[in-house]
Amino acid sequence: MNNPIVEKYFRMDNLPHIWCPGCGNGIIMLALAKAIDSLGLDKDKVCVVSGIGCSSRAPGYLDFNTLHTTHGRALAFATGVKLANPELEVIVISGDGDASAIGGNHLIHAARRNIGITTIVFNNNIYGMTGGQYSPTTPNGDLGTTAPHGNIDRPFDIAQLAAAAGATYAARSTVYHANQMEKMIETAIAHKGFSMVEVISTCPTYYGRKNKKGSAANMIAFLKDSFIDVKVAEKLPEEKKAGKFLMGEFKKEEGVVEYTVAYESIIERLKK
Amino acid sequence: MGARDNQEIKIKKEWCKGCGICVTFCPKQVLGYDDEGKVAMLDSENCIKCGQCEMRCPDFAIFLGGKE
Ligand SMILES: Cc1ncc(C[n+]2csc(CCOP(=O)(O)OP(=O)(O)O)c2C)c(N)n1
Ligand code: SF4
Ligand code: SF4
Ligand code: SF4
Repeated sequence: MNNPIVEKYFRMDNLPHIWCPGCGNGIIMLALAKAIDSLGLDKDKVCVVSGIGCSSRAPGYLDFNTLHTTHGRALAFATGVKLANPELEVIVISGDGDASAIGGNHLIHAARRNIGITTIVFNNNIYGMTGGQYSPTTPNGDLGTTAPHGNIDRPFDIAQLAAAAGATYAARSTVYHANQMEKMIETAIAHKGFSMVEVISTCPTYYGRKNKKGSAANMIAFLKDSFIDVKVAEKLPEEKKAGKFLMGEFKKEEGVVEYTVAYESIIERLKK
Repeated sequence: MGARDNQEIKIKKEWCKGCGICVTFCPKQVLGYDDEGKVAMLDSENCIKCGQCEMRCPDFAIFLGGKE
């Protein structure tokens, strides 16, 4: 007896997954499967690519064409997959470290090119797999094994970073807001061009424990209380926005030429 | 008849890691734990079949399924 969505889109032999109790990764993975189901995509026409990290283990559980590559390089491999097979829906799953530290350069250039890849960042504010080193999204002042006295860096806003670099769809949600997140992933996959969905997730084992954030449920309750939609925020007075974080759709631009389309047009031109 | 009248909450105990997320966010507070710390349905009469437990269970261990 299984959830039919799980039976349809997951490699049942590989479940249950190895993630810790309360790790947000599973919530995002289920939302992704549901989004793909709503779009009615042919499983053989989907390719899920990841780098290295706890989050990057997701493609091992998903029953599509999948590629588990090297740390930070998922978008480089995905770019190759998409250029060779423009008809595929290419989806990249990446941790905050994978996407914005070691892989940050690939991220801004994939966004700049507006290549038709959907990137879902599982942002748990830490390097989970390697034991809790701070990442480019660890909040200022928070603790990590490499920031034992508090992180002095300022964090990246990954969704806005992608938008500024040229992504034509950029949105952020959280694992509390799983329904909204699923809709964003659906929109992002349907979008023609580079799309980014940053999902704020939970790592109760490292980020949570180091920073005394309580149980996984406490961490998710924090997301519920702290994130407000940009559209709602626009109408709120400043004092109501203090200490809050923004989620929602930040950018949706149509009509920008997608990279493989531009590439194809060169080939067509040279054939004449 | 509502669209979800023929559905009920199913629990796959083997996969439950007892994280408590579903229990915390169930709007009707009908979920709890068994002796092993895994999720248990305490009051199915009052479950509104909203699916919030399913959408936030990281382990796919609780979901709405067809009644047998
Ligand atoms: C080239 C290279 N450098 C470093 C590592 C070690 N390493 C593995 S995962 C990881 C970071 C994981 O953090 P993140 O990408 O945020 O994913 P998470 O585990 O939190 O999901 C690092 C530094 C590696 N595997 N390869
Ligand atoms: S270490 Fe953190 S990110 Fe990795 S599986 Fe555990 S909770 Fe998830
Ligand atoms: S379906 Fe809704 S009411 Fe029923 S157990 Fe799940 S969260 Fe609670
Ligand atoms: S959310 Fe899932 S894994 Fe966590 S207690 Fe509920 S059923 Fe178990």
